[in-house]
Amino acid sequence: MSREISFAEALREAQDLCLSKYPEVFLMGLGVPDPKGIFGTTIDLQKKHGEHRVFDIPLSENAITGVALGAAITGMRPILTHQRVDFAVISMEQIVNQAAKWHYMFGGAMSAPMVIRMIIGRGWGQGPQHSQSLQAWFAHVPGLKVVMPTTARDAKGLLIASVEDNNPVVFLEHRWLYSIRDDVPPDYYTVPLGTAKVLREGADVTVVGISYMTLEALRAADSLAAQGISVEVIDLRTIQPWDTETVLHSVRKTGRLVVADTGWQSFGVAAEIEATTVENLFQSMKAPPRRVGLPDCPSPTSPALAAEFFPRSDRISSAVCELLGRRRAESPSRMDYEKLDVPDNTFKGPF
Amino acid sequence: MIASTAFEHYRHLLRIRMVEERIAELYPEQEMRCPVHLSIGQEAVAVGVCSALAATDWVLSGHRNHAHYLAKGGDLKRMLAEIYGKVTGCAKGKGGSMHLTDLEAGFLGATPIVGSTIPIAVGAALSARMRGEDRVVAVFFGDGACETGVFHESLNFAALKKLSVLFVCENNLYSVYSPLLVRQPGGRTISSLAEGHGLRALQGDGNDVDYVNRVSAEAAAHARDGKGPVFLEFQTYRWREHCGPNYDNEIGYRTPEEFERWRALDPVSTAEKRLLENRQATRERIDQAASEIRAEIEEAVRFAKSSPFPSAGGFADGVYA
Repeated sequence: MSREISFAEALREAQDLCLSKYPEVFLMGLGVPDPKGIFGTTIDLQKKHGEHRVFDIPLSENAITGVALGAAITGMRPILTHQRVDFAVISMEQIVNQAAKWHYMFGGAMSAPMVIRMIIGRGWGQGPQHSQSLQAWFAHVPGLKVVMPTTARDAKGLLIASVEDNNPVVFLEHRWLYSIRDDVPPDYYTVPLGTAKVLREGADVTVVGISYMTLEALRAADSLAAQGISVEVIDLRTIQPWDTETVLHSVRKTGRLVVADTGWQSFGVAAEIEATTVENLFQSMKAPPRRVGLPDCPSPTSPALAAEFFPRSDRISSAVCELLGRRRAESPSRMDYEKLDVPDNTFKGPF
Repeated sequence: MIASTAFEHYRHLLRIRMVEERIAELYPEQEMRCPVHLSIGQEAVAVGVCSALAATDWVLSGHRNHAHYLAKGGDLKRMLAEIYGKVTGCAKGKGGSMHLTDLEAGFLGATPIVGSTIPIAVGAALSARMRGEDRVVAVFFGDGACETGVFHESLNFAALKKLSVLFVCENNLYSVYSPLLVRQPGGRTISSLAEGHGLRALQGDGNDVDYVNRVSAEAAAHARDGKGPVFLEFQTYRWREHCGPNYDNEIGYRTPEEFERWRALDPVSTAEKRLLENRQATRERIDQAASEIRAEIEEAVRFAKSSPFPSAGGFADGVYA
């Protein structure tokens, strides 16, 4: 039976199910029980499960991450939230030095099953310290897993799977995805970590999308189809470990790769995907790979600057055309964005 | 309970002292190839606190952890094997001296980033409460850790939630070579910082194992009764260099005179004197204990030296659970 809910509601449902199913699960974060409920993802969970299992925290990101770790190594499964990934930077010591390594450095004696939900995003002048996208940092540290769902259906299944995973999982949610609706089964289900999904099949080029940029990739694919260019769009879904098999299989077929990431272009996730692809498929590729990401500078605040700074589907289309030696045509289906610092409300699910 | 009689306390002090001195003797052989931060001079804090805990209570520590590990009942063979980098070590050779663990003994873990295990201990106490388990969690750290942000954050949260945590500060006056007064303003005690956070706190003599044990037992009872965490600041002194087996009283950051003043307050010989004066043990019994301990240490060293290293490629195991 089809039932549409939003990405935010799907995350809420995932946590609700986990809290009901597993007594070891608890949820904490700044503002978790407040009326806004972390962009709607934690609304009424404290009311339903009680304040011993769902609770607010002091403004102590670093120590609270250590508290989550201490609970995780002694039998609990905490979910910790940060309203911006930028706040989690304060807790990098506990994430990188302690949580990521706890299982390894004690010879496997303990494990640290914990999920840290962090919100990434852009828009409305969030600016340099409220719109970073740091998946590359976390993916670089052995011992962490990094998950970035795009669709509401995946968000629910991946969050449940992350809670069930016995490792520290960094779960990055793009705020421009929260209101996008999708067909989401109401019951308990998981989407395995480490699996990418082909959202659209194509023959000429593979575009790997990460989080919100997957939607822009689909928009670009639509626009390019009008030019007779056939784009295969892959939603990566998990960054670490990432699904090399699905991506390589696709690039073996198309011979061309573009990666669209939400983070800075240099030293990022796209670079890693391209390196692995070229290492494996160099001989059979028809063109060098291309990255679409943020320019290497802090996110500016003014809407005039942000409009130019944050990539949209047109930059993906340009990259594809470059690889094919084609000019990017103005597609009749291309929207003219009046205000580029708010989500494009023509992006509606389901996907 | 690890120890309850005066003799048992003394034996634990002696054992730790002899283990650490043996490590110092063997270290120049260059077969213990990781940094070691010896507990010599600070044994009474470890023994006094851990003897006040139940076997089911938990302990976490930092880089200077050998005394805490042993006082809580950690396995000596697995500790030495770990320092020797062998696969039979308590962390299978992955961690070395700075990352000991012994879950059976309730010694959850030690990591060397100063202050980092403090919130982890708080989380362990929260976890125990959530599961309805009666546990006190003691976390050991030094004066330097009290300058970190995470220290203050942890105290605040533990007080807020009234968690059963003993925050045990071994104030040995130095952070590597930096004396206390270049790092913290004079005219205040570290324990007063904890009071400021709303914890019951005290400051006292860390070299008197009876005193440490008595106040720790009271603190553990207070915490266990749900009355909130307790902060214990124990004044003590590190005899050897910060990291390594040698003495370094001549290099200028502290004086030989200061060292001698503290050596006269040796927690081990103080406890021994008291035992004999109070006729709680005879010279013979003490000597016999030393001889047993010597044999135990030699057996553990033999075990460590003859154990195999982890196998080739083993470094890649265990990144993920």
